Amino acid sequence: MTATVAPDAADGASVEAETGLLEIRDLVKHFPIKSGVLIDREIGRVRAVDGVSLTVKEGETLGLVGESGSGKSTLCRTVLQLIPPTSGSVRFDGQEIVGRRGHTMRPLRREMQMIFQDPYASLNPRQRVGQIIGTPLRIHGLASGDTLKRQVNELLERVGLGPEHYNRFPHEFSGGQRQRIGIARALSLRPKMIIADEPVSALDVSIQAQIINLLEDLQDEFKLTYVFVAHDLGVIRHVSDRIAVMYLGKIVELGPAERVYSNPIHPYTLSLLSALPIPDPRANAAREQIVLEGDIPSPANPPSGCRFHTRCPYATEICSEEEPQLLHYGNGHFAACHHPLHREHPEAVKEALPGLEREPA
Amino acid sequence: MSLLEVQDLKVHFHTEDGVVKAVDGASFSVEEGQTLGIVGESGCGKSVANMTILGLTRSPVTSIEGRILLEGRDLNEASADELQSIRGQDIAMIFQDPLTSLHPFYKIGKQLTEAIHAHQDMSKQAARDRAAELLGLVGIPDAKNRLNDYPHEFSGGMRQRVMIAMALVNDPRILIADEPTTALDVTIQAQILRLIQRLQDQLGMAVILITHDLGVVADVADYINVMYAGRIVEAGTLDEIFYDPQHPYTWGLLGSLARPDRPRAHRLSQIQGQPPSLLAPPQGCHFRPRCPHEFDRCKQTPGLDPRSGTREHLDRCWLPPERKRTLRVIQGDQIGLEVPAA
Repeated sequence: MTATVAPDAADGASVEAETGLLEIRDLVKHFPIKSGVLIDREIGRVRAVDGVSLTVKEGETLGLVGESGSGKSTLCRTVLQLIPPTSGSVRFDGQEIVGRRGHTMRPLRREMQMIFQDPYASLNPRQRVGQIIGTPLRIHGLASGDTLKRQVNELLERVGLGPEHYNRFPHEFSGGQRQRIGIARALSLRPKMIIADEPVSALDVSIQAQIINLLEDLQDEFKLTYVFVAHDLGVIRHVSDRIAVMYLGKIVELGPAERVYSNPIHPYTLSLLSALPIPDPRANAAREQIVLEGDIPSPANPPSGCRFHTRCPYATEICSEEEPQLLHYGNGHFAACHHPLHREHPEAVKEALPGLEREPA
Repeated sequence: MSLLEVQDLKVHFHTEDGVVKAVDGASFSVEEGQTLGIVGESGCGKSVANMTILGLTRSPVTSIEGRILLEGRDLNEASADELQSIRGQDIAMIFQDPLTSLHPFYKIGKQLTEAIHAHQDMSKQAARDRAAELLGLVGIPDAKNRLNDYPHEFSGGMRQRVMIAMALVNDPRILIADEPTTALDVTIQAQILRLIQRLQDQLGMAVILITHDLGVVADVADYINVMYAGRIVEAGTLDEIFYDPQHPYTWGLLGSLARPDRPRAHRLSQIQGQPPSLLAPPQGCHFRPRCPHEFDRCKQTPGLDPRSGTREHLDRCWLPPERKRTLRVIQGDQIGLEVPAA
């Protein structure tokens, strides 16, 4: 997926030209589907991530949004080399990390940490909280004994827990508190970047706000760079500086958060926006909701041309034949669509969220 | 007489650690063709209250008090056999997780016709036809052939449609939907909510929608109960809850949402702390320890009374109504309180 400049581009910058803390280029992850007796034959491939290029700048929050099955989590795990990519390149702080294993990867793991979606499954139930948070420090030889304990207690305090929690087990905590433990563990090595994979979607609404506010405070304090994954565009908009929208393994729209949110170019982004329930009955009644038909297709057999054309309300013939390129529409706003909304269907954008003030496109 | 009326329902579980007061005096009612939304965080008792309606919480360690009147008939007094004939026939329920609610070994057709045969005397072929008709009604394409598929061959959204079809097989008068969209993507959530609304219009049933998401009830409910730590803390019409909320917990819930139709908030307002343990809830108002407006009187339990001037709008908060109006405005533009010019 190469970004080329659209004819109307305001400036000539493409994604490729930018440098940042994390540079992902043409990253591909295919999972083989195997079948056969004795000899496994590959009969197909699940194209979970199919050519993604992204740059994450230092200190920013990049929001990654899409439905389940769009490849968000696979992208995160591939970036961290938790699963090896099929092809492509990932550079962190200028160093290539694809292909690194074990001890060559370890120093870099200090710099990039992850927070997981399910706070119930991501903490070892047989370890005490102190052990869980202290393990990364011990493995990297950064602290031991009393210093270790002091540092763990500092971390606990920083995420809103206390020293009295040091000797407890994960099952003694609620979901929100467990997520705080997960955050403390990710913070313990003072990383530069944290990838948060749906960190709040398993939590209650009132607790979600607490965790989001905590993550924002920590970002200011430790100058963190976040890649924040969620399927809820409302949460993503709140935390992100830029938003990348994924569909079936590809990025379909990318740009500054408020631009993507209030002036979406790709119909998929609009449908995600439109599906968000507004907690206000009258505003809900006043808008024109686009309800997508059907489910996300299987990534093992993605549709031809534009992958979204099977569900897109604006699809025409060209959409099933030719794959749209990710084009630049000015101000760092990219989209891959044959029928960009702001040109062809500006009214649909207004009707989806009528109350929102918009800057002119 | 209401279609379903729950009066002062108390569900207490006697555990080794003590008595868990999961539901502590809840009263609500549903009329025909109406949607009641029950909103609250995990552990507030919203699911337990509704499972108790169907007798699903009965056990040697549970004590259930209060009355559950289905057209005047008390379900709390009903025998297990009587309840069996009501479940699925008069009142049907769909659950949060459509994968664990369907049996993985049986074909969808088998599971649907089983539900029909439990209540109706019908030939196999007629039951299959009815099952196919219902799958069509909930929007599953190629319904007849899909009867021969197993649950794993359906996606999450499609499974929830199958669950809804199964709940509808005997034309229930009340459908209880317990977090029907929580496990689904927003795009699929919108589909399922549309579907429930359409079916309600077509079939005229009452719906009790249990959710933690105020956005979801704003879309579909007529009346809303807000539950906190085993009690209903506020009850009113959709407009009353959203445009004239009386309880600080409701303010907190409204405020902690990132509103998609507003400019981005600098910071989300949050409710401090976490819900209390139901083993030892705080004395008086249960929300007291997390409430920023707590004062002396809160140590006494406030009743669920009309305090705001309208007879139907009930809440459990001691603050005087005038004071509430000034307090909640502080979070004003984030909370979605101001009524848009109609």
